[in-house]
Amino acid sequence: MKLMEYMGKEIFREYGIPVPKGRAIEKKEDLKKIDFPFPWVMKAQVLVGGRGKAGGIRFASSMEEAEKLFDEIMEMEIKGERVRRVLVEEKLNIEKEYYLSFFLDRGSRTYLMMFSSEGGMDIESMAEKILKVHVNPLAGLQAYQLRKIPKEARKIAEKLYRLFVEKDCELAEINPLALCDGKLMAVDSKIIVDNNSLYRHSELPEEDTELTPLEIEAREKGIAFVQLDGNIGVIANGAGLTMATLDALNEFNGRGGVFLDLGGTDNPEKVKQAFDLMVKAKPSVILLNLFGGITKCDTVARGIIEFMKESKVECPVVARIKGMNEEVAREMLKDYVIAVESFQEAARRAAELGGD
Amino acid sequence: MAIWVDESIRLVVQGITGHQGQFHTMAMKGFGTNVVAGVTPGKGGMEVHGVPVYNSMEDAMEREPNASIVFVPAPFAKDAVMEALDAGIKMVVVITENIPFHDTMKFVHYGIYKKARLIGPNCPGIASPGKAKIGILPNTIFKEGNIGVASRSGTLTYEIVNSLTQAGLGQSTCVGLGGDPIIGSTFIDALKAFEEDEETEAIVLVGEIGGTAEEEAAEYIKAKISKPVYAYIAGRTAPPGKRMGHAGAIISGGKGTAESKVRAFEDAGVKVARFPHEIAEMIKNDKGI
Repeated sequence: MKLMEYMGKEIFREYGIPVPKGRAIEKKEDLKKIDFPFPWVMKAQVLVGGRGKAGGIRFASSMEEAEKLFDEIMEMEIKGERVRRVLVEEKLNIEKEYYLSFFLDRGSRTYLMMFSSEGGMDIESMAEKILKVHVNPLAGLQAYQLRKIPKEARKIAEKLYRLFVEKDCELAEINPLALCDGKLMAVDSKIIVDNNSLYRHSELPEEDTELTPLEIEAREKGIAFVQLDGNIGVIANGAGLTMATLDALNEFNGRGGVFLDLGGTDNPEKVKQAFDLMVKAKPSVILLNLFGGITKCDTVARGIIEFMKESKVECPVVARIKGMNEEVAREMLKDYVIAVESFQEAARRAAELGGD
Repeated sequence: MAIWVDESIRLVVQGITGHQGQFHTMAMKGFGTNVVAGVTPGKGGMEVHGVPVYNSMEDAMEREPNASIVFVPAPFAKDAVMEALDAGIKMVVVITENIPFHDTMKFVHYGIYKKARLIGPNCPGIASPGKAKIGILPNTIFKEGNIGVASRSGTLTYEIVNSLTQAGLGQSTCVGLGGDPIIGSTFIDALKAFEEDEETEAIVLVGEIGGTAEEEAAEYIKAKISKPVYAYIAGRTAPPGKRMGHAGAIISGGKGTAESKVRAFEDAGVKVARFPHEIAEMIKNDKGI
């Protein structure tokens, strides 16, 4: 889960990492409650990157100007994401910008500390200037490792490390970590918390605007569901098989519209929920690709039939069913779906039907 | 031969009294695995499919197990793995999904410190046909033979193994490494073991988008692997920034794309299939059968 800048800064504050004076605002009236002097920085609160370049960061030197900019920013849509909050902060005099982060590095299976004395907007293009320090998760961050970065940044690095571990972060990043009037401040925050650990972080807010309403509904039901650009809805069991099915569609110029991974379930109730979500996404064809290993094909078939009897499915359903009890399942479904034998044939058929 | 798992396995099932634990204890026994004990705290003295249940790993050690499989729920999985490692178990297979990454990091490193082989988490386990299985892979899809399979996926692996079996191509060992970003055993570990295994003649890798495990495997193949390697990669059409089911399957910052993986593999002389079933056809063609 990505946290908005203002949420990240609240956590920074909690950990004693200095941040500019500021206040996140949803209503224009609240601008009047701000108790620090002009000039202000007004920053759109969105999860996507490239906010500054899109005009989402503005400066105000009077209340009149601040009110005008507030309206402008709140009307923005940055890379498809609507702005719902503006973070108003004191404008600081930045002398120097550093970069500091801790990251869960999958390749080396360590915590990776990264530091650069040249932070700012184009950090990605300066990869060779970044200092990388691998921290063993059992041993933790050592003093000699901290000594690799400039003295003035060490205390903040230590605090950011503690935050990174205690909040189960995938990433905790300060960019820029800015020197303002001789003092280091976190001018921006980027925190990604591991979704698997949210059960032990009830203190964190729930917010994930990257998901579509149907994706949110799916998450609540525990179904892996992703909406894509195409018009063919794919249901399979297992993430890899579902992806492989979408890829196969592509080979026949079909375009996947929904990724729905049934997972290891053959609970008919869950299958019904999955079909319900799929139908709500209004695909023009549904492609079911089932490999029953542990999952019994006939139990899945029962869920499908129950759903189709209760609700109307407007589009054709192409089904390829393989594995445990496949004959029984195919016999059960013969009046409900277009049954095909092979993986490839299923993809071809669905792509044809979805091509009109 | 086979890798990592054979007839000598004496397995303890951690979380044996749960739904999954019970079901798969029976399935593993059906495969021929010697399941000697189960552990569920507070349930000591019970029996599950004839397997004695203990309160702790320490108690279960009286049955002299040498491997463990973990079915316990995510919030308690780290504890279970640590307990197994501290009891002296050198092979731990973690089936549990949704384990916090920071927990996985810790038990992976503890496993390295204890010189243990850890497979998973969020994986279907490992099977050596005709010998033993530690995992949830379906018993019916396997056939004894000479193909080694290593995969980051679950059902997609079953699909591919099944098609190998139907084509008459048996397997030495099939290992599901897991769909999480942080895993105990990697493609490189599996490649190294398959290269050394006399029984294995060809190697199949099933990859996914996300991370750089396939690229690293390709480098390793180029340098160290003499046996033929075949690969399939799922997620060629996945959009960047969207997590495709598995926690590990996400393209971020331009990294982890399928094109990059396919290119790396082809560059290392690995044949990459466009459809899962093509792998069996490719192997048969190369063998001239």
